[in-house]
Amino acid sequence: MTTSTPLVMFLVFIAITLGITYWASKRSAGSSAYFAAGRQIKGWQNGIAVAGDYMSAASFLGIAGIIAFQGYDGFLYSVGWLVAYLTVLLVVAEPLRNAGKYTMADVLAYRLKPRPVRAMASLSTLVVSTFYMIAQMVGAGALVALLLKGSGISFQTAVIGVGILMIVYVVFGGMLATTWVQIIKAILLMAGTLLLSILVLAHFGFHLSAFFNAISQVTYHDKGQVVVKDFLTPGLRYKPPYGPLDLISLGMALIFGTAGLPHILVRFYTVPDAKTARISVVWAMVLIGSFYIMTTFLGFGAATIVGRDFISTHGGTNMSAPLLAQALAGDVFFAFISAIAFATILAVVAGLTISASTSFAHDFWTNVIHKGVERKAGEEVLVARIAAFVVGGVSMFIAIRLGPTANVAFLVALAFAVAASANLPVIVLSIFWKRFNTVGACSGLAVGLLASIGLILISPSLMAVDPPTVVGTARHLFQRPAMFPLENPGIVSIPLGFIGAILGTLLSHEPTALHKYNELLVRSNTGLGSEKAISH
Amino acid sequence: MNATLQPKRDVTSPEEWDRIAESTEFKDLMATKKVFVVPAFIFFVVYYFALPVLVGYAPQFMATKVFWNVNLAYLFALSQFFMAWTIAFLYVKAAGDFDKLAKDIIEKSVKNGGGK
Repeated sequence: MTTSTPLVMFLVFIAITLGITYWASKRSAGSSAYFAAGRQIKGWQNGIAVAGDYMSAASFLGIAGIIAFQGYDGFLYSVGWLVAYLTVLLVVAEPLRNAGKYTMADVLAYRLKPRPVRAMASLSTLVVSTFYMIAQMVGAGALVALLLKGSGISFQTAVIGVGILMIVYVVFGGMLATTWVQIIKAILLMAGTLLLSILVLAHFGFHLSAFFNAISQVTYHDKGQVVVKDFLTPGLRYKPPYGPLDLISLGMALIFGTAGLPHILVRFYTVPDAKTARISVVWAMVLIGSFYIMTTFLGFGAATIVGRDFISTHGGTNMSAPLLAQALAGDVFFAFISAIAFATILAVVAGLTISASTSFAHDFWTNVIHKGVERKAGEEVLVARIAAFVVGGVSMFIAIRLGPTANVAFLVALAFAVAASANLPVIVLSIFWKRFNTVGACSGLAVGLLASIGLILISPSLMAVDPPTVVGTARHLFQRPAMFPLENPGIVSIPLGFIGAILGTLLSHEPTALHKYNELLVRSNTGLGSEKAISH
Repeated sequence: MNATLQPKRDVTSPEEWDRIAESTEFKDLMATKKVFVVPAFIFFVVYYFALPVLVGYAPQFMATKVFWNVNLAYLFALSQFFMAWTIAFLYVKAAGDFDKLAKDIIEKSVKNGGGK
């Protein structure tokens, strides 16, 4: 093969998705069509799209890498990322679809004062989405440059390419194009992962016992010494004294954060009703669960077949899955898996861009600044398109400034922590607590946001002493021992978010919020008066 | 025509929302939901957090091999997937009843001139 095979596959994917964007652009007139794909997406389609939105490069390449390098502890991420959907299914998906229109703030604004609540919710959405996106963009740039090594594509070109594509999908194709990009990506990702898993099993002669036997004696070099470890043993990553607590804290952020991620929540507005939203969560759970079970084969397969030593010298942890593909079935398969990784990144950043720009246009522009009135038809969509340009441009700029070696993994943890500590408490309290009011919502959002950001700033992710060999943006921001011992702030910040929301409520009175509770309760539980699909 | 461009106007009056919220049918619906959702939520949260707690604080025990070098830690982690799928399946079955109750409430309200 030539080094350009991955590039050709990337270009094929780009061509197909641009075709879809063109098709979608002709069907995206009007707010409901642009922001919510006309609410006509079918349950199974939305389920696949939710999976596509959710399974980021962090899950595909990241988890495979963590398992390949640290064994069992990496698999715990896989578990949390699926079980989290029970919170989505049991608590938020249906009420949100029943009572909202385009964003999570719609549900809060029902009985609370719309302007302060939407301003805060929009701020929190923008923080979650842009942090998450910067992490994806830095990862994307580094990865595309690595995957296309030999094609002469630099980190900078890769970031700009990914950025421009996601802006094109969102600006021209709206939610409809974004949805179909997610669907195609999810199907490709599932197919690639399934193929890889089968090849791993074939490598062990389809004997699971031989596979697990190999996992129990993974061999690699550490500081010049040969090490043999049972990679199914827990605790290789999360070590005492704080490891176990960090693991629980991570679990809390995943379980309660997923149901507060704006780019996942907006997906439930694309279906006709709450029942379809429910069915789409179940579809998503089947796909996401099967995928994460298969990370067993990707991660442990890379550990046993490729080996830590080889991966370390050929691009590092994130290359575990592509290198496994190369080892099992050669360069064309490597190119295929690389193209899937590329598709994965593009789809996720497109989803993030549309949720951020929707929140800015619908919550902030129309409802906060212009008090809920569109001054002329189409203004909200226009503002969203401009916002997508700005959000995309800003994250491209920051990603390029940070560079490929930047320490950005904490940004994903931060996004989940903010979603779990700021967004989830106010969504839940708004739906389930009659006494809840505007002051409570704003203080809950503010406390959750500040606690998550503050604790991450003083955590080992940003506060540690690096050896002088670490240079540039790979260095920790603060060169001193961490003041907060956990990488994941959830165990502290989630309770703080709830306390902030509850205290704010108890210290204030708002009779209208109380009176309108019945309306929200009936709407969210029955779907009476909910937003309808566009009929043609 | 795309009706969603217009700001939304509710035909349903505040009294109608209150009437529905106080009705026996609606209270039935909420009670039926609670019977499933509350225990299901508590069960999955406890089952899920048992994993990091056991793995974190009893790693030796969880490293106990069961068969083919597969240990308790991996099996318990794997069981979480099936737990999640089972609860999701049971919820969808139970939600069929919620839908029926909700449909009755909506139909009754529309007859009273509510909804939209």
